[in-house]
Amino acid sequence: MSSSEATRADVCALAVAECFRDDGEIMVSAMGTTPSLGARLAKSTFEPDLLMTDGFNLLLRRALPLGVKPSDDDVEGWMPFGVVFDTLWWGRRHVMMGASQIDQFGNQNIACIGPWEQPKAQLLGVRGAPGNTINHVTSYWVPNHNARALVAKVDMVSGVGYDRAAALGPESSRFHEIRRVVTNLGVFDFNTPDHRMRLVSLHPGVKLQQVIDSTGFELVVPDGVDTTPVPTPEVIGVLRELDSQGYAQKEIVV
Amino acid sequence: MTVEQAVAEVTDGMTIGIGGWGSRRKPMAFVRALVRKGVKDLTVVSYGGPDIGILCATGQLKKAVYGFVSLDSIPLEPHFRKARQNGTLEAVELDEGMFLLGLRAAAQRLPFLPTRAGLGSDVLKINPHLKTVKSPYDDGEELVAVPALNVDVAFIHMNRADALGNGQALGRDPYFDNLFCMAAKKAYMSCEKIVPTDELVSGGPLQSLLINRMMVSGVVEAPGGTHFTECSPDYPRDEKLQREYAATAKDEEAWKAFRAKYLDVSEAEYQKAVTS
Repeated sequence: MSSSEATRADVCALAVAECFRDDGEIMVSAMGTTPSLGARLAKSTFEPDLLMTDGFNLLLRRALPLGVKPSDDDVEGWMPFGVVFDTLWWGRRHVMMGASQIDQFGNQNIACIGPWEQPKAQLLGVRGAPGNTINHVTSYWVPNHNARALVAKVDMVSGVGYDRAAALGPESSRFHEIRRVVTNLGVFDFNTPDHRMRLVSLHPGVKLQQVIDSTGFELVVPDGVDTTPVPTPEVIGVLRELDSQGYAQKEIVV
Repeated sequence: MTVEQAVAEVTDGMTIGIGGWGSRRKPMAFVRALVRKGVKDLTVVSYGGPDIGILCATGQLKKAVYGFVSLDSIPLEPHFRKARQNGTLEAVELDEGMFLLGLRAAAQRLPFLPTRAGLGSDVLKINPHLKTVKSPYDDGEELVAVPALNVDVAFIHMNRADALGNGQALGRDPYFDNLFCMAAKKAYMSCEKIVPTDELVSGGPLQSLLINRMMVSGVVEAPGGTHFTECSPDYPRDEKLQREYAATAKDEEAWKAFRAKYLDVSEAEYQKAVTS
């Protein structure tokens, strides 16, 4: 990608980066291509204190382009899985996970489709989602926003949503926060009285009705919905450097 | 000792702990020996990879206890997936961190360790044996009591070891192989190379000496012992063979051929087959 015009993927990457604004000196774990790119954009521009790994066990002092292996000069620390668990229980972490299904309270499913006892489709399993969501900030990325992904009820709660967290009481849920959901169509949060998902902004060119039709539950739609910010030419330049192969461009369904 | 001698301890119905992580540093020489031995009705406790997948495919696995089952570069283990979708596998699926606490509890001979992980999620629903505990202190917080993951026999693989059973992990992540040993009644370690103790100590930083000889009952020299999974820094994952293995989940004839060529053979023949 050499074009300086912002694509939908660029808008999504910036929207992902914005999820990490003001996070400061915490570890970011971003699963998937656009989350990885967005987190690197945040670190390269307005949030330089973020700690990020090479996807394995090295903490890197700068955000490398997608697919580039770190050299010794890029390393600032060590983050094997044992330390990842300690860090997530410590709470100094913001994870952005994918969601095969997510509901209006932010309950997420990556485990399976159909009954868990004998699933129609075994997916990843719950992985770290239960522990992540109850211990520190979580955001989600959905590259293909449709009514099979944004559903009234998820088949298995892997990541804990606001209704489940509230039912645990204030003590157990005090570290639970789902910051934002970024999809290929818009940006969403849970800043409503009962923490139902709310439309924050529509990506340029996306119609409100398209989002409503593509969502399997009733979204909270405030008056005067914003348009998701379009990256400036400078930011697009950074994105082209961080993703010279255009991996993120291919992840998005427009 | 040999891998055959080590797996001689394993009998039908036992609970086996398998070290490594996903498709990384899995003690595959032991797994292949378990296949040759043909022990049945096994329970495997593992951060799962092809260890769980292969034992699903051979029908030796009754129950899997896991934080995930993945081949890393292939996110979902296809033989495990097939067994789950066919409903032929008993499964205990835990959050990855809960799994670690279960290992730690077993290693510390505790009945459980408390955590916030799992609260509010369906992990508690699919695992009705999991219970919560209330903090006895003023906070009174309700926490998940992750039960100890005790195992009968554990298998791990290290880069280097000495003949006494001191083991060295030279890769950048030690994973949790020490805990697997301590969670087990008996543990066996394979390694790329058995070296004199002097050479072991000088061969890497002291922190790489993850396993001490108290933790293991026997050590086996098994070069290529984690193949086709990675054994960093000695060798990377054999992605080609892993892809070939993964594809057999959809093709019974291909699985039979894979099994005949790579599993129903001695370890020496396996190593010859994958290097030729």
